Parts: sequence; C-alpha cells; structure tokens
Amino acid sequence: MYEIVHKETLSHNVKLIEVSAPAVVKKTKPGQFVIIRIHEKGERFPITIADSNPVKGTLTLIYAEVGKSSSLLGKMKVGESILNLAGPLGNPTKIKNYGKILCVGGGVMVGALLLQLRALKNAGNEIITIVGARNKDHLILVDEIKKVSNKTYLATDDGSEGYLGIDFLSDILKENKFDHVFTIGPTSMQKIVSEMTNNYHIPTTVNLFPIMVDGTGMCGACRVTIGNTTRFACVHGPDFDGHQVDFDELISRMRFYNPNEKIAMVLYDGR
Amino acid sequence: MVAKKSQIEMPRQDPSSRIKNFDEVATGYSTEMALEEASRCLNCPKPQCVKGCPVEVPIPEFIKLVKEGNYLEAAKKIKEKNALPAICGRVCPQEDQCQKNCILGIRGDPIAIGRLERFASDYERKYSTIQNQEIPHTGGKAAVVGTGPAGLTVAADLAKLGHKVTIFESLHIAGGVLMYGIPEFRLPKAIVQNEVEYIKSLGVEIRLDSTVGMLATIQEIFNEGYDSIFIGSGAGLPNFLLIPGENLKGVYSANEFLIRTNLMKAYKFPEYDTPIRVGKKVGVIGAGNVAMDSARCALRLGAERSYIIYRRSRDEMPARIEEVENAEEEGIHFEFLTNPIRFIGNSRGYLEKVECIHMKLSEPDSSGRRHPEPISRSEFMIELDTAIIAIGQSPNPIIQQTTEGLEATRHGTIVVNENTMETKIPGVFAGGDVVSGAATVISAMGAGRIAAKSMHQYILSKIGSSQ
Ligand SMILES: Cc1cc2nc3c(=O)[nH]c(=O)nc-3n(C[C@H](O)[C@H](O)[C@H](O)COP(=O)(O)OP(=O)(O)OC[C@H]3O[C@@H](n4cnc5c(N)ncnc54)[C@H](O)[C@@H]3O)c2cc1C
Ligand SMILES: Cc1cc2nc3c(=O)[nH]c(=O)nc-3n(C[C@H](O)[C@H](O)[C@H](O)COP(=O)(O)OP(=O)(O)OC[C@H]3O[C@@H](n4cnc5c(N)ncnc54)[C@H](O)[C@@H]3O)c2cc1C
Ligand code: SF4
Ligand code: SF4
Ligand code: FES
Repeated sequence: MYEIVHKETLSHNVKLIEVSAPAVVKKTKPGQFVIIRIHEKGERFPITIADSNPVKGTLTLIYAEVGKSSSLLGKMKVGESILNLAGPLGNPTKIKNYGKILCVGGGVMVGALLLQLRALKNAGNEIITIVGARNKDHLILVDEIKKVSNKTYLATDDGSEGYLGIDFLSDILKENKFDHVFTIGPTSMQKIVSEMTNNYHIPTTVNLFPIMVDGTGMCGACRVTIGNTTRFACVHGPDFDGHQVDFDELISRMRFYNPNEKIAMVLYDGR
Repeated sequence: MVAKKSQIEMPRQDPSSRIKNFDEVATGYSTEMALEEASRCLNCPKPQCVKGCPVEVPIPEFIKLVKEGNYLEAAKKIKEKNALPAICGRVCPQEDQCQKNCILGIRGDPIAIGRLERFASDYERKYSTIQNQEIPHTGGKAAVVGTGPAGLTVAADLAKLGHKVTIFESLHIAGGVLMYGIPEFRLPKAIVQNEVEYIKSLGVEIRLDSTVGMLATIQEIFNEGYDSIFIGSGAGLPNFLLIPGENLKGVYSANEFLIRTNLMKAYKFPEYDTPIRVGKKVGVIGAGNVAMDSARCALRLGAERSYIIYRRSRDEMPARIEEVENAEEEGIHFEFLTNPIRFIGNSRGYLEKVECIHMKLSEPDSSGRRHPEPISRSEFMIELDTAIIAIGQSPNPIIQQTTEGLEATRHGTIVVNENTMETKIPGVFAGGDVVSGAATVISAMGAGRIAAKSMHQYILSKIGSSQ
C-alpha cells in the first residue's frame, strides 16, 4: 500500500499528489513512469513521475481527471493509500549537455517536463521552454518552469494567455540554433512539434504514452511504429526519436477503447 | 476383481451453456467416481507412471490412500513432491507424461492420474485449513524472481529446508501465467491463490509490484543480504508475425487479450474497470494452448465465429488434445494449412479482414520434421474484426539487460548448467520458461525442483564458510 501524504489542485481537473514509495524513489530518474491500480477491481494505468523526494521517500504524480480511473484517484484523500504502484518503469530520458535546447511541454505533462528540465539544467544546457495548455486556467507550474529555463514562452489553444496556438514555434526555430528539442504532452502536439523540427533537422526526443497494461513488455498493447520497426513503448521507450514515430497510427490506436471508457464513465458519475 | 478397462469420465459443463460463462468446464470427480477410478490402479511395485512425471509424484502411494478413503493423507503425499497439485491435476499434459507410461494404457485406458490428483487436492482445500508451519531456520536467505510455477516451487522447497525466502513479483498478484494466461474456465483463480497461500504458510514472503531490473537489480538484491537468487521470470514477451497491418485496431497479442480477460477480469467489465473489445468474427493465429485459450475466451466474450488459423495440419497442433476437443465441442472453426500474410483495415484503422495463403507440408527433412510451404496463387480472404496473435512468447529481456555477466542465448533464454540450473553468475540460478522457452507448468516446476536442490547446497556451503 502506498499512502498519499500530500495533495493539491493545480487547475480545474489537474491534481498533484505525493505518494509514499521509498523503494521506488531510490531508483527513479527523469522520464520514467509508474503503473498504479487503485482498488481490487481497478485497471492498471501509467502516470509519469513528476518529481521525487528522497528525504520523505515520496513520488510526485500530476494527473488529469479524464475518465473513471483518474477521477477515482482524484477523489482519494491524504492518508488514504493506493493499492498497487509498480515502478520505476521505462527508460530514463537521456540527460547530458546537448548545448542549446528547446523544451515543449503541454497540458498535464508539464509536471513531468519540470523534472526533465531540472536534470537538463544541471547537465549544463541552455534551455528555452514553451509551455502550452488548452486555455489560461489550464496552464500549470509556470513559475517553477520559468525558474529553471533561460527563457519561457506561454501558449494556449484559445489565446487566453501567451501565444495563440503553436504556429509561433516555427519563428523560434528560425531565430535560434537549437542542438536538441524535447517535447512531452498531448500526442497531437508532439506530432506537430516533430514535424516542424524535422524541417530544420533538429534531433527531437518525444515521450510517448500509448495504451499500456503491464508496463513491462508482456502485453504488446503499447506497440508503436518507429521507422519501420515495432517497438514497445514501456520497455524500449517511452522516449523515442520524434522524426521516426508513426504518429497517425499511435493516435488511432489510442482511441480503441474510447467507447468502453465512456460506458465506464457514464456508469461512474453520469457524465 | 479385474480392473475396468476404461477411465471414469470427468463430468463437464454442457458446451452450449459453458460458452456463455467463465466457470470451470470440467467439474471434477465425486467421491464415488474417484474411488472407482482409483480402484483400477494396480499399485505396481515398479511403477512406470512415476517416471513420466517431471517432479516424481509418488503416484501409487497417493492413489492407494485415495482407495482407502484417506483423501487428506493422499493430498499430503502428493505435496511431498508437488507444491501445486490442484493446478497440475488440471493443466498438466498428463496424456504425454505420467499417464502415457501407466501400464494399464497397453490394454485399455491408463489411470486418470491427473483427475485423481485434482480430486485429492480439491478435497483438501475444502476440508482443511491452511496452517502456518514452524520450520527451524538455517540462517540462509534466498531471493526468487517471479511467482510462476518455477518460482513458487523453488520458494516452497527452500522454505521447507529452513531458508528464509522472498519472492519478487512484477505484477500486482502472484501466480505468473497461472493467473494472467490460463483462463478461469480451465483453472479457477481462487485455486491458484489458495496454492499461493499454502506457499506463504511455509514462511515465504511475496513482494508484489517489484520488477527486478527496474526496482532492484540482481546485484542490489545480493547487496540486501541474500545468499542466492533464482530467476523464474518466464517467457512473457509476445512474438508478432511481422506482417503488414499488425498494428490495426482489433489486432491483439494473445498476451494482451488474455491479460485483460483473465488477470484484469475484463469479462466482468464494467464491474471491473479494464475494458476489452471483441468483434463478431475473431481469428486466432496459432494452435498451441495459448491459441485454444484465446479462441475459447473470445467465444465467451461474445464472438459469433471464432477461428483457429494454423499453418500446419491437425497432427502438428501443439495444444493438449483434451483442450482441442473442448474447443471443437464449443464450435471453434479450424483453418489448417493456412498462413496469414497481411491484415487489412478500413479507413478508420479498424481490422476488417486478413489475407491468407494455403500451405502444404514438405517431405520430412533429415530430422523428420515437415515444414509448411506456401502454395502459390492460393491467397484468399477471411473477414475478421478481431485477430489474436498466438505464435509464441520469448523471455522478457529486462533482467538479462540489467544483469552484468548473465549469459543469454540469441533467443533471449538464460544459459544454465542443466544439472544444477546455475547461471554464469555464481549463486544465481534460473529455470522455467526463461531457460527453456515457453514450455509447461510441470517442466517449470521440475526445473525449480533441481534449482532448489543446488541452491540449498550453495547456501549451506556459503553460510557454513562464513561462520
Ligand atoms: C507512459 C505514460 C505516462 C502517462 N503519464 C501521465 C501523467 O503523468 N499524467 C496524466 O494525467 N496522465 C498520464 N498518462 C495517461 C493516463 O494513463 C491516462 O490518462 C489514464 O489511463 C486515463 O484513465 P481513465 O480511466 O481516467 O480514463 P479513460 O476513461 O481511460 O480515458 C479517458 C480519456 O483519456 C484518454 N486516454 C486514455 N488513456 C490515455 C493515454 N494513455 N494517453 C492519453 N490519453 C489517454 C482516452 O482516449 C479518453 O478520451 C500516461 C500514460 C502513459 C502510457
Ligand atoms: C495461455 C497459456 C496457456 C497455457 N496452458 C498450459 C497448459 O494447459 N498446461 C501446461 O502445462 N502449460 C501451459 N502453459 C505454459 C505454462 O503456463 C508455462 O510454461 C509456465 O507458467 C512457465 O512457468 P514459469 O514459472 O517459468 O513462468 P511464468 O508462469 O511465466 O511466471 C513468470 C513470472 O515472473 C514475473 N516476472 C517476469 N519478469 C519479472 C521481473 N523482471 N521481476 C519480477 N517478476 C518478473 C512475471 O510477472 C510472472 O508472474 C500455458 C501458457 C499460456 C500463456
Ligand atoms: S504432476 Fe503432472 S505429470 Fe506429475 S503426476 Fe501429476 S499430473 Fe502427472
Ligand atoms: S502404472 Fe498405472 S496402474 Fe501402475 S501404479 Fe502407476 S497408475 Fe497405477
Ligand atoms: S504495456 Fe504491455 S508491453 Fe508495454
């Protein structure tokens, strides 16, 4: 059992929790994730590790309440415990001094980006960051991101804060000479970023999250096409070369269970 | 009294009703049936049957106890050699092992050893409670990776010998394939958990959610003070056909399909949260136990037509005969000498059909094997909305990749000394599917038995020399 020792609301449907898992904390590196299961009849679902505290032995998880499982997690209170938590899983992000880098984070995954940023900063990189969200109210952790970035741009889908949409990225790519780009966030956003950086031949690391079950290479649900080969995101990723990813296939596969998930959600809270 | 020639049949659920539920198909012997079947056994002084059993269950002895009505004693007798009798009684390929050697098989039916084994252990589960056992401690500490039959056997054997044993399991529940692969209707999960409880009663600690290689490496486990480690991580990595269209929506690996269904109980969605989608027409590629289980699960999940698509012929099917017969009774269609060449989807990325080609078997090669060869221009289509790839599994590479000095083959299996099951790293042993490639429950247990013996020696000499 893994106790929730702290909880905050970051935006409408985005929550941050700190969970006690000392053994996992010892091994955690940026870019890895955990798979959790909340109750005896629950499903296994992955959440990226957004931070870890070795002194308290806690992991920070930031998640959006989008369906039944994440909403159940959202209802849990400090002092309650998560039934199962397996990790750290996946390969850590490759942290080194790339030189001048651009990091593009979107939505709830900005939490996970923050952990990467701190490590990349410590490795000596000059960092320009773009933080995006649906609208002003969904932007999270902006101050923290600014602290570790040399320069930060904000963008929203509706223009309620910062730039409108992601088109301005091409100007930034034109004006700067980046050695590497990292992107983490909604798959459609990662796709656009990868397409744009491909035009400028800038190596780009994406962080994929296909549907997963076990997270250890046993089920093949998480398979993605990278170049011409099939890879399992949980054991070969989740970081991949963005210019090699078949994003359309990934986006299509991620929707497979939508009809079922809707049933679960309607039965859960009538939404 | 002359022994009857034929076996007492096992009662089973009727096919038309059983394809609508996940309850166990074979419902087990009654006491009368067990007594009658046991009475056929000749109690051979030199029993051939025992030679066919990889863990050498004392067959005549336990059957004699059944004959005498000492069912609890019979179960105990089996457990001297086999820590998981209720499971082996159900899923062992008995017809190729113990029963194949039974002397009665020459003139009639062999004794239904598996069914009697199942009867005795089911009786024990019903009429006795598990009690924690006090075993004097040697001071030795062993770690086991994986709670499949190999790992559970090693843990039970070492615990009985007085070592402190901890098992590390990646999933949220213990049992390996017994929990996540083999369906409820062949092996009820409550029975597996009961056997796991028995192993815990021997003092074994099970740490779930613990993926060795990620949470702790083999070296880090040694650093925690363990004297010896057993790797029983199984063959859990699904193989794919590597043909076009394999990533369409509706194409599953058998592992994903069975994990969702059995481990996560998707057949009870939405009571359970994990979903599964099964179309009206389901095609399973392959013809082993995994394929039979997938095809039969698909029927129970609502498929109207469920095919087995296999590139060789009926005679080469690797599945247990009993399970093939069950599948046929339930109305599974078999497409023999048929190989898929590509999956075809609609504009929205959903599977619609599979293109296949007819095959023929070559003349036997020097090893006597006949290879399937495509018959040119014999392509044809089968309409499908769900496909399940069940063409085998390879060892999961996480441990091999994170353990320096561990030798693995090209196929990812761990190299061991077959007499001791020791790997290239002193004190690290391995067995079961991770060494043999996908095999059987009982062979994994047999390997575990050998490994436990060598680990016992290794630990004794290690703690002896440090004292
Ligand atoms: C490696 C990995 C890391 C992840 N990290 C995080 C994280 O840090 N924070 C976080 O909030 N979520 C993360 N996710 C996504 C998270 O696992 C899903 O949001 C969760 O499974 C949703 O479950 P649910 O029952 O609440 O919603 P569901 O009912 O399953 O889904 C509701 C909606 O969310 C979409 N959805 C479902 N699964 C995913 C997915 N894997 N990715 C994107 N959208 C999905 C569905 O299409 C649907 O529209 C991660 C996923 C992976 C694979
Ligand atoms: C669908 C199906 C049907 C079958 N039917 C039959 C049958 O009827 N009769 C028969 O005899 N055999 C059958 N088999 C084969 C049999 O189940 C296997 O040969 C047997 O389970 C192998 O045992 P094992 O202990 O080696 O591994 P497994 O049972 O595979 O157990 C390995 C365990 O190790 C865990 N693990 C893996 N990696 C790690 C790690 N890094 N850290 C921690 N834990 C880890 C896994 O989660 C798993 O729990 C079937 C197999 C399948 C898949
Ligand atoms: S364990 Fe398997 S092979 Fe051995 S006696 Fe029992 S059924 Fe037969
Ligand atoms: S060989 Fe057959 S008859 Fe003889 S002891 Fe074994 S089971 Fe009984
Ligand atoms: S999640 Fe099962 S193989 Fe990756």
